[in-house]
Amino acid sequence: MLAAMQPTTTWYLVLSALLFSIGAVGLMVRRNPLIMFMCIELMLNAVNLSFVALAFRFGDINGQTAVFFVMVVAAAEVVVGLGIIISILRRRPGATADDLAELKG
Amino acid sequence: MELVVFVLASVMVVAGAFGVILRPHPVHAALSLVLTLFGIAVHFVALGAHFLAAVQIIVYAGAIVVLFLFVIMLLGVDKSENLRIEPLPVQRPLAIVIGVGLAGLIIAAAVRARDRIAEGPALESGGDSNIKALAQNLFADHVFAFEFTSVLLIVAVAGTVMLTRREKRGDAS
Amino acid sequence: MLDVIWLIPAFPLLGFLTILVFGRRLGEPKSGYLASAAVLASFVVSVGAYFALLDMPSEERHHVVDLFSWVPVGDLQIEMAFLADPLSITMLLFVTGIAFLIHLFAVGYMHGDPKFSKFFLYLNLFVLSMTVLVLGDNLLVTFLGWEGVGTCSYLLISFWHTSDANASAGKKAFITNRVGDWGFMLAMFLGFSAIGSVNYLQLNEAAAAVGQPGAISQATATGIALFLFVGAVGKSAQLPLYVWLPDAMAGPTPVSALIHAATMVTAGVFLMTRMNPMVAAAAPEVATLIAWIGAITALFAATIAIAQTDIKKVLAYSTVSQLGYMFLAVGSGAYVAAIFHMLTHAFFKALLFLGSGSVIHGMHHEQDMRLMGALRKLMPVTAITFIIGWLAIAGVPPFAGFWSKDEILLFTLAKGGSGTILYVIGLVAAILTAFYMTRQVIMVFFGEARWGSHANESEAAHLDESTDDAGDHDAAPVETHGAHGEFKPHESPPIMLFPLVVLATLSVVGGLLQLPGFGFIPDQWQGKLEHWLEPVVFLGENHITDTTAYQNKGWLALLATACALAGIIGAYLIYAKKKAKPIEPKILLEGWKYDAAIAAFMGGPGRKAFEAAAWFDRHIVDGAVNGIARVVGSSGGEVRKVQSGYVRSYAAVIGVGVLALLVWFVIFRGVL
Repeated sequence: MLAAMQPTTTWYLVLSALLFSIGAVGLMVRRNPLIMFMCIELMLNAVNLSFVALAFRFGDINGQTAVFFVMVVAAAEVVVGLGIIISILRRRPGATADDLAELKG
Repeated sequence: MELVVFVLASVMVVAGAFGVILRPHPVHAALSLVLTLFGIAVHFVALGAHFLAAVQIIVYAGAIVVLFLFVIMLLGVDKSENLRIEPLPVQRPLAIVIGVGLAGLIIAAAVRARDRIAEGPALESGGDSNIKALAQNLFADHVFAFEFTSVLLIVAVAGTVMLTRREKRGDAS
Repeated sequence: MLDVIWLIPAFPLLGFLTILVFGRRLGEPKSGYLASAAVLASFVVSVGAYFALLDMPSEERHHVVDLFSWVPVGDLQIEMAFLADPLSITMLLFVTGIAFLIHLFAVGYMHGDPKFSKFFLYLNLFVLSMTVLVLGDNLLVTFLGWEGVGTCSYLLISFWHTSDANASAGKKAFITNRVGDWGFMLAMFLGFSAIGSVNYLQLNEAAAAVGQPGAISQATATGIALFLFVGAVGKSAQLPLYVWLPDAMAGPTPVSALIHAATMVTAGVFLMTRMNPMVAAAAPEVATLIAWIGAITALFAATIAIAQTDIKKVLAYSTVSQLGYMFLAVGSGAYVAAIFHMLTHAFFKALLFLGSGSVIHGMHHEQDMRLMGALRKLMPVTAITFIIGWLAIAGVPPFAGFWSKDEILLFTLAKGGSGTILYVIGLVAAILTAFYMTRQVIMVFFGEARWGSHANESEAAHLDESTDDAGDHDAAPVETHGAHGEFKPHESPPIMLFPLVVLATLSVVGGLLQLPGFGFIPDQWQGKLEHWLEPVVFLGENHITDTTAYQNKGWLALLATACALAGIIGAYLIYAKKKAKPIEPKILLEGWKYDAAIAAFMGGPGRKAFEAAAWFDRHIVDGAVNGIARVVGSSGGEVRKVQSGYVRSYAAVIGVGVLALLVWFVIFRGVL
């Protein structure tokens, strides 16, 4: 009976939700800038998963196209983000997200 | 069979995710991320997005994570973070609340929508029909977005080169 | 001719501007003649307008000349317009006529004063303002003139401003007037809020149309009438705002004659007459109040006058008293009588003031009556004209004052209700008037000469004073007659005597303007002024032909004459024949200590109130405004702490926001 169970779209959406919230928690808790970046990647992947799951369900290829674009933009974002992190951490090696508080008003 | 695949892949995903957020050492976290990405790629295959699975491995795991590791090594930020202390006391409880709330609500929404997601026509499968369909969609319906993302990539590269340029010694600027 | 009534203010304006630019170059006496000519031109135009009005049928005597749109702001449309009707032309005739005579007098009186041209500059400005006041077609134009005459009064009272007393007197006049002006302004605002206009015609029509749509309610009419009366009380020196008029005698005598006897002080009576439909539409208590204040003021001022020693102060209190009579008339619904008394009073009071100016001039600026006496041989023309003025004001027939005063008393008695008491008060005031004026005439012109022994001292003192410019005498340069020793009062030059003669003639024949309905007077000579003014006052005028008082008007006239004679005989016995001691208690000399009371109040509790108001303004009003600024600043200071600079907190906050949105949509809106 267990083997007869098929993973439905809902399961994928649940997994995606879990992954997204794990990424969100990690973003708020970790202080290392690079690890915070990785948590962002987790969240993006969660979204990708739900896109593909729904594309599969509705038979609409547009979902996969969206994933394609998300990946491209994520790549560009990582490039720029890491460039920024390099610039900052060159000046202040060992800085964490809490040390970069210049926006304090 | 699909069930087994699903469960295994999901375990990879979740384990990797927890690894990212819980491992103090950045390199360990990066490797956990790779685990997650592989898991996602397996799911993609199960969902018939073969091309995207490949792209996921090549681009995400192969390029982006490698880039992360380059930076970690370059900057020497491979010191472990001390996870015991938390400068902002409200942060951890708040994060747990938000995490649980988010997950709970989205899952609730998804479960509630179970009946409303109608069965639709299946994607074409077999052979390279996925790539064909994707290519058709991308280059016909979304060609403008495609061109703009290429511009975006160029801009990102140029920008990063500008940002990370070392200032020449002896220059007043 | 009626279309060019704007020339009436234009000529004095032209005179003003010319003297402003060329005054110093023109010098004495040309600037004086120029100013007089401007006023004479206005008088001529007024006469022309009078005849033009006579040509028109009685109901149509209401000509408006619209100059330009003065205040065109949405619902508020006020024109700069002049109104020629019987009332305004009557006022203009005597204002410009008497002003002309006084200008001539001043040419002689101000001879030798270094600020000669400036005097005539201000005088022309005054005539300009007064004509605008009278000619105004709406309350705002009148108010413009009202403020103008107040300003000129201030400028002219403190003409010799190097003396502190003169400067203070000018300020006192202006400030007291201001209290009245507040009332005038409130009346304008009320009128505008009631019918959307401040035009006389519209206001009076709305007041007359009681009970019909578009009319003014009795409450509003009461408010407007009361506030206008407040303005009149200030300008026409009634209780409680009369205090400025006695002090205003610090100005040169032509100023006292023109402004504080004949013209400016009558503006209050003019205003009430102009708005008589409003007074008629108001609650009857308003008219009663006006009558009471007029009567009490008449009596109050008369009591003070009998103890004064300064020749001008007697006349000043006399003016306050006579103005009280005019308001008594207004309150009794006797507008024609009020205007009639205004006219006769203008004649004899201007005469008396100019006469006193002639005396002062001849006595080398001595104003204390105790140092005068027996002047009738040395100043014959002055004496004769002054005596004519005295008989007129005392109310002796057939001089002008008798007819007008008698008419007022008749209407007062016929009013009924409290009219009897008011009548008695009026009679007592009449007795006192005759008394103090007789006292003045005897002290100045009869008896023995008291100026011989003190002459040298006072002349030397005056010489000192004129260099220091101290004291409250007319401090013009003194011409010494043969150095020390020989001091003899002399008659004034002809240019000063001519106006006296003209005014004396008018005081004799002025009664012809409004002769009462006695049997021995031919019909066409009866009530000429009444017929002339009828279209203006028919709404407010009390008709008394069927009252008991009117039936017995002959007896009442005899009673009034008897009172006048009683006062004259009483003063004669005390001051000429010395049969009894003069009763001049100090408290009367000090004006019932009224001024002192005001000073004490303002210095004491008044000051506390002002300081409290200032404290309120500083701490509460300003505090509220500054407090708001401070609250904004400090709350901003608190809110900015949200920006901690920690990216993770920002992320947490964003997370909370997303969670909230999701809660809203998933749980409350049941999305999906």
